[in-house]
Amino acid sequence: MTFFILIVLTLLGWLALVTVGLFAIVGFQDGVFWTVAAASVATALGVVLIQDLFKAALSLVGTFLLIAALFVLLSAEFLAVVQVLIYAGAISILIIFAVLLTRDVAQGNPSNKLQIPALITAVLGLTAIVFVVLRTDWVVMEDVLPSETMDRVEMVLATTPESIAGVLLNQWVLPFEVASVVLLAAILGALALIREQEDDA
Amino acid sequence: MPSLLEGNALFRGIYCWLAANEGNSGPGPCGEALRDGLLPVGWEWVAFFAAGLGIVMLLINVFLLLVMLYTYMERRLLGRFQARLGPNRTGPFGLLQPVADAIKLLTKEDLVPAGADRLLFNLAPIAMIVPVLLVLAVLPFGENSFLANINVGILFVVAVTSVNTLAMFMAGWASGNRYAMFGGMRAVAQLVSYEVPVVLSIVGILLYTGSLSMVDIVEAQRIPFILLQPLAFFIFIAGSSAEMNRSPFDLVEAESEIVSGYHTEYSGMKFGLFQLAEFGAVLVTSGVMATLFLKGWEGPVLPSHLWFLIKVFFFAFIMIWVRATLPRLRIDQVMDFAWKFLFPLSLINMFVTAVEVLVWEEPTLVQLWAMVGINLLVAVVGIVAFSFVFKRRGLSPSRVTPPLVVVEGD
Repeated sequence: MTFFILIVLTLLGWLALVTVGLFAIVGFQDGVFWTVAAASVATALGVVLIQDLFKAALSLVGTFLLIAALFVLLSAEFLAVVQVLIYAGAISILIIFAVLLTRDVAQGNPSNKLQIPALITAVLGLTAIVFVVLRTDWVVMEDVLPSETMDRVEMVLATTPESIAGVLLNQWVLPFEVASVVLLAAILGALALIREQEDDA
Repeated sequence: MPSLLEGNALFRGIYCWLAANEGNSGPGPCGEALRDGLLPVGWEWVAFFAAGLGIVMLLINVFLLLVMLYTYMERRLLGRFQARLGPNRTGPFGLLQPVADAIKLLTKEDLVPAGADRLLFNLAPIAMIVPVLLVLAVLPFGENSFLANINVGILFVVAVTSVNTLAMFMAGWASGNRYAMFGGMRAVAQLVSYEVPVVLSIVGILLYTGSLSMVDIVEAQRIPFILLQPLAFFIFIAGSSAEMNRSPFDLVEAESEIVSGYHTEYSGMKFGLFQLAEFGAVLVTSGVMATLFLKGWEGPVLPSHLWFLIKVFFFAFIMIWVRATLPRLRIDQVMDFAWKFLFPLSLINMFVTAVEVLVWEEPTLVQLWAMVGINLLVAVVGIVAFSFVFKRRGLSPSRVTPPLVVVEGD
């Protein structure tokens, strides 16, 4: 056990050293970004590559948390917290319930005939995302605003929940309400399914 | 992160000692630098890290000491409630009992069962304690004393504590033990259900304050929200004691049914971490309750930190009292209590509060007291009415539930 702990500590030490070196080269914010980005890609790969379904699900939770960290780097604290609350706190529980319903959790699912269509779809999806990311003219706040108004930008960033609520319930109130109706319909559908089974039993 | 640099003298001290150079002295956080900092220009983030770690170390260690004190208090008070003495042999009045417990846990053999998933089994206690400690980051424990006054404070608390469910399930799953698995599944069902009323009860408070920041919530309380939102307080304390698996809702680790639930297989310091997380959660929740409902650190005469501690231990006492008084519920009663009792009540509370906030936009003190009267009335009528409905329908199981554990007679 002590041997194991020593190995872990050594690895952590090396990791810390590498991180400090990276930070010293590219600066603090970029260093944090690259660390978090690399870790989130690693956990995302873990979701696909790990055989044990439960561990794959936990790896997915790790990805969610790291994405939340990326939001924090963008000064979008509200989004970060909602990401943790909804994805790491709720969706992951749903996924784990789904994992419980599979037959052989430790082995994972055997591959089937859909491998090649899945590959094609994934590549197409990735191409679309990369295309959009490259083609979009990203707006950076410092470009838009002269430096005097950066204080105002920081003030706006400090009240993101209010701004989001204002936009959501004024400009986008119809999609917002439609989303809630869809969720309500889903809940009612789930209830109806359970009712039917109870009658049969 | 300006809040830390401006608000925290210790943080500023360490930061400026390490990194006060020409670049960031003067009008910056450090003021006129007395001398150059230890680190060269461009390495300020190391100073930031060191200062942050220093404060976090201090805070967590003080918190752990308080948790030790709290375990002693809980055991003594439980003893008193049950007409016995409680631990009174180690040290004066048994005050050293937590130390003895810690030594015992640290020297115990650390077992991993053969059927367990080693990695997850070792990870689960850590995943359990991290959320509890993370809540400390946004808790204002005194005037101008907080690690971070982020603008989504209370949402952060809710989000971070919701990860606890996962840790419990991880422990139950990784143990490779039926009872632990039952405990884990019960934990998921119970915690997910009680999350809903707890969050909805907080919404009422947010309607009054118009801000999610913990500091703003404390400063917005002209009248303590425990008076202004009595129903929300009831829902919050019931729901959060269910989320912490405390006694009326301790099905997750019910000794008489499933050994001790998700931590059946744990021994040594891993078990210690689970206990630490559980007792720490009580203190942290009391801290959140003191902030939300009892004006946080504010109070006359005494220093603000002391007021906060007094309020925290007051709520902790109430929780011990409830734990010692009420018997354990059945699983269907627990579910019914969340969905048919607390959930509608929290919706009613939200509705009434929203109407009040719309009618009195800038309430005077008299109007606030009128709100107190209305809300107390709503709380009493709501709780009594729902208990009548609940009593009629909830005492006998409405459907035949399959027995969770079949005990073979020998």
